[in-house]
Amino acid sequence: MAEIALRNIVKRFGSLVAVNNLNLHIRDKEFVVLLGPSGCGKTTTLRCISGLETPDEGKILIDEEDVTNKRASKRDVAFVFQLYALYPHLTAYGNIAFPLVAQGLSKKRARQEVDRAAQILRIKHILNKKPRELSGGDMQRVALGRAIVRRPKVFLLDEPIGTLDAKFREEMRAELKKLHVDIGATTVYVTHDQVEAMSMGDRVVIMNLGVLQQVGTPHEVYNKPKNLFVANFIGSPGMNFISCKPLRGPGGKLTLRLPGVNTTIAIPDEIQRIIIDKKKEEKDLVLGVRPENVIFSRKEKSNHLQTRVYVVETMGSYNITDVRLGDETIKVRTVPSILPEVGETVYISFDPKRISIFDEETGDSVV
Amino acid sequence: MASVRLASLTKTFGEVTAVDNIDLEIDDREFFVLLGPTGAGKTTTLRLVAGLEKPDQGEVYLGNVSVNDLSPALRDVAFVFQYYTLYPHYTVRQNLEFPLRSKLRRLSESEIDAKVSEVARVLRIESLLGRETVNLSGGEMQRVAIGRAMVRTPKVFLMDEPLSNLDAKLREEMRTELARLHLDLGFTFFYVTHDQIEAMTMGDRIAVLNEGRILQIGTPDETYNSPENVFVAKFVGSPTINLFEASIETSTLVVGKKTLVCPISGTQQSSLEKYTKRELILGIRPEDIEVSKEKKEADSFKCTVYFTQSMGVEDILNLRINDLVLRAVVPPKLLARVGDTVYASINMKRSHLFDSETNMRL
Repeated sequence: MAEIALRNIVKRFGSLVAVNNLNLHIRDKEFVVLLGPSGCGKTTTLRCISGLETPDEGKILIDEEDVTNKRASKRDVAFVFQLYALYPHLTAYGNIAFPLVAQGLSKKRARQEVDRAAQILRIKHILNKKPRELSGGDMQRVALGRAIVRRPKVFLLDEPIGTLDAKFREEMRAELKKLHVDIGATTVYVTHDQVEAMSMGDRVVIMNLGVLQQVGTPHEVYNKPKNLFVANFIGSPGMNFISCKPLRGPGGKLTLRLPGVNTTIAIPDEIQRIIIDKKKEEKDLVLGVRPENVIFSRKEKSNHLQTRVYVVETMGSYNITDVRLGDETIKVRTVPSILPEVGETVYISFDPKRISIFDEETGDSVV
Repeated sequence: MASVRLASLTKTFGEVTAVDNIDLEIDDREFFVLLGPTGAGKTTTLRLVAGLEKPDQGEVYLGNVSVNDLSPALRDVAFVFQYYTLYPHYTVRQNLEFPLRSKLRRLSESEIDAKVSEVARVLRIESLLGRETVNLSGGEMQRVAIGRAMVRTPKVFLMDEPLSNLDAKLREEMRTELARLHLDLGFTFFYVTHDQIEAMTMGDRIAVLNEGRILQIGTPDETYNSPENVFVAKFVGSPTINLFEASIETSTLVVGKKTLVCPISGTQQSSLEKYTKRELILGIRPEDIEVSKEKKEADSFKCTVYFTQSMGVEDILNLRINDLVLRAVVPPKLLARVGDTVYASINMKRSHLFDSETNMRL
């Protein structure tokens, strides 16, 4: 059992407010990812949970116990740092067993625990090796092993796989997620990589400049971003953004004028109503469309915008075609069999059911 | 401009053979990517081309000329470094002039000026010449970094993981920019990366390298859809291909203790007959597995959702059948949860078969 509650956490470093009034409830057995660019306050938040930092204001509760002023070693949390925090003179076995020996566990029990961890992490064959003989990935696994054997209430991980090769990162993402399913310990994970956040988190906590932006499941933050920051940060390739302004068209219908492209697009009745209800008719807005929601055609079609192919990127299981619309580049996701020529004239439209609209000034989501 | 040819190139460092008898031909104006994990020998290969390392054996040709005995400065190749190696408080013009002011070159001010103007025009950065590089966007910096290599009018551009330290967003933007720049400029690019997405999205052709050896050279389409061996199948593509030990039994492919029994199509049967009783490896890309909540196909497999990974646009389901774990890519609207029972059907027409002894494609 381990729930974590952060209540009105404020942490300052001099005049910098690193974490600004953060409220967060992390459920037992949940895998929560703190996501944001550098300087967003994610690592400071993690360090407050671990006890390595004490917040200036607010409370931290673990299982309803106030641990705000409790020392790190008394909190029953395991902190896994970025790679290489291993004792160089000890073998992999010695490194993993270290916290158990420190706790005074018998050699036999320690061996059992290390074996169990090694089994989960598939590192039995390297237990006799020293860190310098290990690959980066194996060192990471040993560092994880050292955290697992303690059977802590909470795992705290700070960008543990950031420095690995792309392929290996992918493997470790699956492995960490699997480990979480198998062990079921509450996990708080910090990263700036949205792919890691999306693919591992039960919920993702997005922060910017010390301020919480959105908390939600990967599906929620992807499909219903609360503001431009989240919409821009989540998804690869990212969401397309086009400046626009509501305009009364013929028959009184509300349309979106795209000044950069010198064209106007129709929007569904429901979205028209929301724009009016939220009093955004006079505002500068931003239209957001994910690459998979851009409809693509190589033949001229009614209600499609004429564009030109800038670059085509093949991904294997899909392609991304960049097209130029005025001064904007729009990314379009297509099946791999669609391979237009660079410079070719093509036609796009936006799936009206799957568009997002933001207030340009505040950045907040309108639709 | 020039083609590049590496003939039986070998380089050892003590006991380690970093580059092991490599043969490679890069066409003039090609965007060629050398892809492999850390320690594969990619950077060493690039340094051999640049002349920063001397090969133990073999030849490096630029155009049709062996350059083995030429010093780096005389090889007419340019390393494009990661963009942040620009001098931050220098203007774009000063950054571009820098390589031209080398004492070796003895260029006059008007020659330097002409060269910088020409490069700036081609790269469309004329309006930036007076700006300090710290004030540029990522895309602009990339252009300046390439410009700094271009002023030397090299025959070949060598790029060693130029995007690896950028954040994800910028990396994405830079990929597009580099691919487009290559099209516009028409130079020969020799690009090294460990990131298969960069290789797939930018390369005209890709050479997959592991432990100093080339395992396959092909277009992105060829390396993805017809991997010649298990390593390439695994290294190219994300999420990673499913690989299972399999054998042929009475016209079916059997995985595990009959955990999966996959029919072999009529046309494949005759060609696969000779592999009966051999140990094989079956490869199935995650997008070639269709998952549904109800049993739709007669030959679908009942499995349990072990864990899921969201990618936003799609979800990766890790499915369990007995002791096998199967990765499948599904649309998020399937809404599969951990522990759910689902049915997976495999598109065997798109499966890949390898000999488990040699790891080579059948």
